[in-house]
Amino acid sequence: MTDKQREHLKNRIAVVAAWIVACLFFFPIFWMVLTSFKTEGQAIAIPPLLVFEPTLENYTEIQERTNYTKFAINSIVTAFGGTALALLIAIPSAYAMAFNTGRWTKDILMWMLSTKMLPAVGVLMPIYFLAQKTGLYDTKGLLVIIYALMNLPIVMLILFNYFREIPKEILEASRMDGTSTYNEIRQIVMPLAWGGIASTALLSIILCWNEAFWSIVLTTTDASTLTAFVASFQAPEGLFWAKVSAVSTLACAPIVVFGWLAQKQLVQGLTFGAVK
Amino acid sequence: MKSLRNTALGLTLGVAGASVAVAGELTIATVNNGHMIEMQKLTPAFEAANPDITVNWVTLDEGTLRSRVTTDITTKGGQFDIMTIGMYEAPIWGERGWLEALEFSDAYEVDDLLPAMRNGLSHDGTLYAAPFYGESSMIMYRKDLLDAAGMEMPDNPSWGHIQDAAAAMTDKDNGVYGICLRGKPGWGDNMAFLSTMVNSFGGQWFNEDWTPALDSPAWNHAVNFYVDLLNNYGPPGSSGNSFNEILALINEGKCGMWIDATIAASFVSNPEQSQVADVIAFAQAPQAVTTRGANWLWAWALAIPAGTNQAEDAQKFIEWATSKEYIELVAETNGWGAVPTGTRQSTYDNPNFTDAAVFAEAELKAILSADPENSTQNPSPYTGVQFAAIPEFQAIGTAVGQQMTAALAGDVSVEEALEAAQEAADREMRKAGYY
Amino acid sequence: MNPTLVRWLQAPSIIVLFLWMIVPLSMTIYFSTIRYNLLYPERTGFIGLQNYEFFWTDPSFFPALLNTLVLVGSVLVITVVLGLAVSILIDRPFRGRGIVRVMLISPFFIMPTVSALIWKNMLMDPNNGLFAFFANVIGATPIEWLQDMPLASIIIMVSWQWTPFAILIFMTSLQSQDQEQKEAATLDGAGFWSQFRHLTLPHLARPISIVILIQMIFHLAIFAEIFVTTGGGPGVQSTNLTYLIYIQSQQAFDVGVASAGGVFAIILANIVAIFLIRAVGKTLTV
Repeated sequence: MTDKQREHLKNRIAVVAAWIVACLFFFPIFWMVLTSFKTEGQAIAIPPLLVFEPTLENYTEIQERTNYTKFAINSIVTAFGGTALALLIAIPSAYAMAFNTGRWTKDILMWMLSTKMLPAVGVLMPIYFLAQKTGLYDTKGLLVIIYALMNLPIVMLILFNYFREIPKEILEASRMDGTSTYNEIRQIVMPLAWGGIASTALLSIILCWNEAFWSIVLTTTDASTLTAFVASFQAPEGLFWAKVSAVSTLACAPIVVFGWLAQKQLVQGLTFGAVK
Repeated sequence: MKSLRNTALGLTLGVAGASVAVAGELTIATVNNGHMIEMQKLTPAFEAANPDITVNWVTLDEGTLRSRVTTDITTKGGQFDIMTIGMYEAPIWGERGWLEALEFSDAYEVDDLLPAMRNGLSHDGTLYAAPFYGESSMIMYRKDLLDAAGMEMPDNPSWGHIQDAAAAMTDKDNGVYGICLRGKPGWGDNMAFLSTMVNSFGGQWFNEDWTPALDSPAWNHAVNFYVDLLNNYGPPGSSGNSFNEILALINEGKCGMWIDATIAASFVSNPEQSQVADVIAFAQAPQAVTTRGANWLWAWALAIPAGTNQAEDAQKFIEWATSKEYIELVAETNGWGAVPTGTRQSTYDNPNFTDAAVFAEAELKAILSADPENSTQNPSPYTGVQFAAIPEFQAIGTAVGQQMTAALAGDVSVEEALEAAQEAADREMRKAGYY
Repeated sequence: MNPTLVRWLQAPSIIVLFLWMIVPLSMTIYFSTIRYNLLYPERTGFIGLQNYEFFWTDPSFFPALLNTLVLVGSVLVITVVLGLAVSILIDRPFRGRGIVRVMLISPFFIMPTVSALIWKNMLMDPNNGLFAFFANVIGATPIEWLQDMPLASIIIMVSWQWTPFAILIFMTSLQSQDQEQKEAATLDGAGFWSQFRHLTLPHLARPISIVILIQMIFHLAIFAEIFVTTGGGPGVQSTNLTYLIYIQSQQAFDVGVASAGGVFAIILANIVAIFLIRAVGKTLTV
């Protein structure tokens, strides 16, 4: 075997391995989606059914029982709103820290992270009281603020990482040309860090989307998100695996589709090899 | 500083747009169980009869609902006009003055409510929550397996008999286990069942002076019996099983017997999801030294938080949802087999219902024999069959439940588990200042 | 950039986070020193450290502490190692890479309660689960996952969910690795491992520390997976600190003791953080 052939074979093996790992990771989700088209009786059948006559009855029942659209819209508004607010605050700060790293930068970042260390269930009452006293209880605005604050430390840290990966020489060159800070961020940093910002945003959106504590504690009807939608089908008296699979499929579908669309953005940018 | 001021401004503006309960709009918090879902579906009938009232539903799973409504009522959050609560909460909250007393019109026939339910949802003779559906516990068993073993099931079997039957029905090679019981830790999970078993062995949760009684011989016997029974004749993974897990097992034909909520009967006897629907039979919960407290009593009920400004509309809704007419409405829509049970004598007097529900007789008998005021062999200071209606019980029940699961899984001996459980209960009672 | 501007750019994030920290934190510390049970509104008053003592002397406290650390540690190791391996595996162009990427990241899209339900009922159940089915097919005895290895089962569920997070971060960072350097190394005859050690690993040092730090925060507070699957049992084998706090907060409704537990959780988190910063944090600003 020549070197080239060996290299080719190695690549082949790597590709096959990647597909196997991907399938293993994806299998539970595939199984969930499959189960959502079964009846409750089929869902618990042994041996497990791979081939069966699919039914839409779970989805029809969900449609009858709840207003999926309302929950989905609330989820979209709060997840995207919270992420946008967090990015708005974090991008300038992370930029400043990444390109002017000082003695305290690391400590500030660590301190920021430490604000997330109080477990939610431990601060339930303080936040609950604040929400009631400000009259923001059960509003989407409240969830947007909470989500932004909740994710801000993480967004900061990840953005910081991506900004640090931008070679300083590029910035220095532009500064020599007298570019303003605003233009520097907009025209040089943002395009270069686009992939990093996109993946940070995606992470933050996912974290907001799946946040199941505050979204249930701090809402009643007006601002309830998809996590409340899932909670209304979770663990009732009686068999519920097929229905909960259908509900979960519906609850996760928008974010998976979004992730699918976004994944191209994730890997663009951050390729400065050529610029250097 | 600017951003700070903007935040403050935002907060102030937010106050103006804050959501306040709107007149004519009822917000109802409920559990996601089948009967409540049906109530949601039928609500348009109520709204049609009361055009000035609209209803908003907040449906959650049991655990989440309990956290939400308890937090709301204790902080006077005022988010709900009607709350779905259990027989555990009703007397405690009623005593605290957190619930409106319910008063019904004559047409409601409040005396038609089963006395056990009425007592369990009252404090000092005042009804604070109206039962929506109620349940007790009983034995569900596979008659085909029992017949094959040449055995009979008396209507009031002893635990010894259950053990023999379980041994005879177990056929592990074919995946059939003689008995399935709850094992997942939780005061409403394994401890609901185990409490009734301990009651029938002559034990109780607390002594007259409120000291926990988990170190008594009765607990020891009962728990040892339970652990042996499940280890010898139970399915693998019992320590993770609660209502739904066992329902899946029995519907797949893997359990010979199951002792659980009477409501399970309607699922197990439904041929659409159960493979054993035609061979299931029912008997009263087993006894050891006494029948007292051998079967539990529970109701999901509707209550109005004190201080709501829509008490009148809320009362109207509750009267509708727990009335005889509502039960008839469900029967018209879905048939008599699907009506909410366990609340009214008139339901069980109706031949349409008793014909449609094979379990009706056993269920009524179980409910009528449960008495929350008098559920232990020796006198006890608390109300409740499978729980003690005191605020500390949830935490105690859960901690004890964890220890029982550990004993079941074989990680510790029954004696060690009970010792740890006694200590956990003692700590909570001490903290609460009982002694 | 002039220092004033740097300060102005950093200010908003520092100010809002400071408020977000100090308000709930001071309320929590205050609540932790008073008698405050939602179910007994009439009992009030300052009680010093009694709430702390109650939480501290709970026989479940130390096992829960240990479980918390084991949970965090194992998930960190598994996700970082797996995340590295997978992201290097897919760091070359091939047909269908986009699909593979999305499949790999997908578990992160699933809500924790849902993922716990899937694993408990459809996969790990010793009677109706798929794992048991496969075990029976090959003639083995099905493992009673949640009964015999509760903590390990939870570690598996959490790792399944969080490895995609590591993959996402590493994958994006690998894009910026200098390809020319790699090619030069290959020409010099450097093998895979030598390249990995001398080029890839140093390049990924910062992303690795970030993944570790962020995951630590989340895993110290794991709750949904435990609540849905084992309820903390059998015994206290899968009880962590958060679950203990949950019992005080949402079952006993004792805000005082729950707040004291919250303060313990912050202390623990900070201790862990100090060790982690020693180990990985220094790479942050490199």
